[in-house]
Amino acid sequence: MFDFATFIPRAISQSIPLLLGSTGEIMTEKSGNLNLGTAGVMYVGGMCGVIGAFFYENSPGKMNGVLAVLIPLVCCLLGSLIMGLIYCFLTVTLRANQNVTGLALTTFGVGFGNFFGGSLIKISGAEVPSIILTNTSNFFRAKLPFADKFGWFGKVFLSYSFLAYAAIVIAILAGRTLKKTRTGLHLRAVGENPATADAAGINVIKYKYVATCLGSMIAGLGGLYYVMDYTNGIWSNDAFGDRGWLAIALVIFTLWNPVSSIFASILFGGLYILYIYIPTGTNLAFKELYKMLPYVVTIIVLIMTSLRNKRENQPPEALGLPYFREDR
Amino acid sequence: MEEKTPKLSMRGITKRFGTKVVANDNVSLDVYAGEILALLGENGSGKTTLMNILAGIYYPDDGEILINGTPVTIASPREAFEHHIGMIHQHFKLVDVLTAAENIVLGMNEEGKLDMKAASAKIKQICDAYGFEVNPAQKIYEMSVSEKQTVEIVKVLYRGADLLILDEPTAVLTPQESEKLFAVLRNMRDDGKSIIIITHKMNEVLSVSDRVAILRSGAYICDRITSETNAQELTDLMVGHKVSLNIKRPEPKDPIERIRVKGLTVKNIEGINKLTDVSFTARSGEILGIAGIAGSGQKELLEGIAGLQPIESGTIEYVHHDGTTENLIGKDPLEIAALGVSLSFVPEDRLGMGLVANMDLADNMMLRSYRSGHSVFTNRKNPEHLAREVIKNLEVNTPGVHAMVRKLSGGNVQKVLVGREIASSPTVLLTAYAVRGLDINSSYTIYDLINQQKERGVAVIYVGEDLDVLVELCDRILVLCDGHVSGILDGRTCDKQTIGMMMTHIGEPTEEANDEQ
Amino acid sequence: MNSKTPLIHITKRSDIPVGRAILIRVIAIAAALLLCGFLTTLLTGLNPIEVYASMIRGSFGTSRKLWNLLQNMAMLLCVALALAPAFRMRFWNLGGDGQALMGCLAASACMILIGDKVSNTALIIIESVAALAAGAIWALIPAIFKAKWNTNETLFTLMMNYVATQIVAFFIIIWESPKGSGNIGVINQHTEAGWFPSIGSNKYLLNVLIVIALTLIIFFYMRYTKHGYEISVVGESERTARYIGIKVHKVIIRTMLLSGAICGLAGLLLGPGTNHTLATGIIDGRGFTAVMVAWLAKFDPLVMIITSFLLVFLQRGSNEIATAFMLNKSFGDILTGIILFFIIGSDFFINYQLHFRKSGRKEAK
Repeated sequence: MFDFATFIPRAISQSIPLLLGSTGEIMTEKSGNLNLGTAGVMYVGGMCGVIGAFFYENSPGKMNGVLAVLIPLVCCLLGSLIMGLIYCFLTVTLRANQNVTGLALTTFGVGFGNFFGGSLIKISGAEVPSIILTNTSNFFRAKLPFADKFGWFGKVFLSYSFLAYAAIVIAILAGRTLKKTRTGLHLRAVGENPATADAAGINVIKYKYVATCLGSMIAGLGGLYYVMDYTNGIWSNDAFGDRGWLAIALVIFTLWNPVSSIFASILFGGLYILYIYIPTGTNLAFKELYKMLPYVVTIIVLIMTSLRNKRENQPPEALGLPYFREDR
Repeated sequence: MEEKTPKLSMRGITKRFGTKVVANDNVSLDVYAGEILALLGENGSGKTTLMNILAGIYYPDDGEILINGTPVTIASPREAFEHHIGMIHQHFKLVDVLTAAENIVLGMNEEGKLDMKAASAKIKQICDAYGFEVNPAQKIYEMSVSEKQTVEIVKVLYRGADLLILDEPTAVLTPQESEKLFAVLRNMRDDGKSIIIITHKMNEVLSVSDRVAILRSGAYICDRITSETNAQELTDLMVGHKVSLNIKRPEPKDPIERIRVKGLTVKNIEGINKLTDVSFTARSGEILGIAGIAGSGQKELLEGIAGLQPIESGTIEYVHHDGTTENLIGKDPLEIAALGVSLSFVPEDRLGMGLVANMDLADNMMLRSYRSGHSVFTNRKNPEHLAREVIKNLEVNTPGVHAMVRKLSGGNVQKVLVGREIASSPTVLLTAYAVRGLDINSSYTIYDLINQQKERGVAVIYVGEDLDVLVELCDRILVLCDGHVSGILDGRTCDKQTIGMMMTHIGEPTEEANDEQ
Repeated sequence: MNSKTPLIHITKRSDIPVGRAILIRVIAIAAALLLCGFLTTLLTGLNPIEVYASMIRGSFGTSRKLWNLLQNMAMLLCVALALAPAFRMRFWNLGGDGQALMGCLAASACMILIGDKVSNTALIIIESVAALAAGAIWALIPAIFKAKWNTNETLFTLMMNYVATQIVAFFIIIWESPKGSGNIGVINQHTEAGWFPSIGSNKYLLNVLIVIALTLIIFFYMRYTKHGYEISVVGESERTARYIGIKVHKVIIRTMLLSGAICGLAGLLLGPGTNHTLATGIIDGRGFTAVMVAWLAKFDPLVMIITSFLLVFLQRGSNEIATAFMLNKSFGDILTGIILFFIIGSDFFINYQLHFRKSGRKEAK
């Protein structure tokens, strides 16, 4: 029997890194920057959180709940901000090729995460190749105290940590900002047609920097959620996997709308873990094939999106192009 | 007028691009309140660059700008707005997927929340004051060119501009729409606003401006009070030497039918008709002009004949010298060439379609010929040879055959393209906006080349936008209106006004439309 | 003008002498190495000069290390050669990993399934054809959709990597030996059926020679053939291509078949050619590193020899310092990332020129 009451909460917690990653990437892409380095950004976000938590946990004295959350959070935001700044400096200020910059950022970010991951493992002298931050994680995973009283309802809707709810709030806020505010209007104009935005007196460089850096910080939170919530505070090198790339694919799936990303992420989160719930008996080989599902679905989605030709469904027109005011 | 302080003065403005190009060389210019100043100059004379400096798009290398006598810096478009300067660019600066109102408020930092209702009301008010029509909720990509231009003007007024710069505003308008625009401009002038209009159309300068300032090769030449000058004097000043404004039109020599188009209908991706039931014939030794508002189906018509456009229905027949015919429908350019039909096409988008901007001249010559021979390798000798020929015969100004095409000026790019296309001795020559953006000398070179082809017996189809040129160059003129044939006129007897009317109204057969077989 | 005049003003360069461009690159790399040295000291407390010296030793120290360097260069260059024509066509093939992996899978399948049924020569021919075909098919799928519906190829090819990984994981479990070990081990260990022959006693020389030949072929293909010319035209402007009668979809599909087949070749060289096994990680991310190799070389196969050397040197070198100084191997990725940032950024100084305003109206370069 397929157990929805355990499947859905797991799918949702699996979806949160994807949601944060895709929301961040949507903000970035709306400014005309295609950041293929999101995988690296999320990796660095997670690692910086780990570094902060590691040193706080290993510092003498009793742990304070607020600090235990705040320190990793700030470290994570700072780390991903720096990644965003590197990307912006190269692509916006130095007008470098966005695809290549993104890939280099991924190389750097994954290297950064694994290097410090490895170093901390060495420092902690652990037997297993991972960093265990259960104490910090417990603070991150603090749940609503009354969730259990509501049976399956509580399990499906109320059993998550604050970062999960924050992710949904961020997505909704981002969606509203893009649609309803002056800032959102200006940002969309920058991504669609920077020359026009510039001529209208919008500071294109500033918008690109702010949107991309904010986007990176949001994506970085996805990395933090993954290590502090999803894996219960256990960091293993390379475990984060391909979530960054799936987050980028989700952006196309949601047609650059953070609110639809909430549902799309949950769908993808479900696909991601579906293989665990599909009975295959003793045949382990088929489990490997089921793990293909999210990628196959992404491909199908890519194809379907390319078949839709409506004007509003297209990527920001200037996505991927550098902007230089005096281009003739 | 001279005693007043000018509203705007530019003093000694210099702007260079790279190390070689000097777009503006020590230019000084005054503009007064309540006048329409025409800025006249050939393409490449630096008019647009000078105005872009005012609008904050470019930053000058040297010189100063004074507003009401006070020196100011305009380092960005925002600072231009703060000084109440607004520019309507030739290529509209509008975001296609946003609505008119969203585009108009774009970049404004008004107090409070984004309130589209209030903005729409204010837009309505501006429209009423000057006689515009704008639907604030309409998306830009759904608009016609003249509607987009209206949005641009409203946008500038919404920002409270009292110095308006219009860069070739009539290039995309019909004569009637231009008249309407001029009426609005006069209204605004009487309202005390200053208006600078960039153009190279002489009749417009004479009809709308109060004063004319002339630029040549980046330098300021002089100014004239409009009522005290005439077209010939202005042209001579603009070009720098005496020019004849007449275009040759040799009589066609025994024209025979070459291309027969019947009932041609073409749809775009969204399924909307771009051409509806178009029928005409093009004859050898004759220039058939195509007139119409931009986007009336000219592109689809030429691309349809050239085998680049899927056809919904209708026939396109090519008549060989021996009278046999070929149907060109459903064939791509290669298949058409394989039928022995020598068809050349000078498309509107020279660098995006006709040529490859990032390849050198020789490689661009190779575009047409690279397939020849059975070898898997390309033959680079012949294209290089052809490139040298074209450079010599058409006097292309280039560092050599291995210069990138994108580094050539507009006129030279067009010479390279036309040179390549006529090198294959075509029997049909299709040209779209062949002289757009070219200076007067280059334009006349192109007219001469087209006339030479005509005298060789080539059937020429010439899509043009300048009605003055169309009525002087073409033997017959087909007028398109929204994808329909409005009529076919005799180029020697028709007049501009009639063509203008037919561009906006389908049908209305006039006496001149007697040329259809 | 006055005090509000911008301090730095940027203009586009129209031309730059080749020597100057090379100098800018060299300065960028030198600056990157300085920063990397500084970071190394900061993070590890080691003397950066010693670290660099040990990197050089790690690449050139012994003839074994030198051959390792050459082998890795050849493999990386092989994938980059596959990507270059696609990139020149502006088709962002990020699927090099998957295409090579499928090639390796097809070759391994031949070795496992028919290894004892046909002669060794026949087996090598069959597995080679299978590997090239498998890589080509894996590239063909996104190519068809790109050609027909303009489906985003960047993400499509990327996702195909993961699909390929899972397919390989599936077969590894089916073929695993010994059972339960989770890997295949050396295929045909005793018969050596399907293994590529060694030239003399050198197991890498054949691979290196094949890739040298391939480099020359791709160089001539891209620069002097009609196909190569069509690829350039399609990449520069699809509309121009259509205008002169090039069937764009045909060129896209043809070029991606080539690209995929060469990736398949890389898989073949890594599997039967080198490791004689199949693993999900056998391509080791070369599909991505190769993107850098190709892009940094502006898709010129001969320049790619230099860029692939640079990247492999960084990787080998950092592996060496990792072992020599008990560091983590990923340190090399950080250094690679930083050096890439500098090289990518240095393009700006080749394409643009900065003007600093000193005072008043004067300006200097």
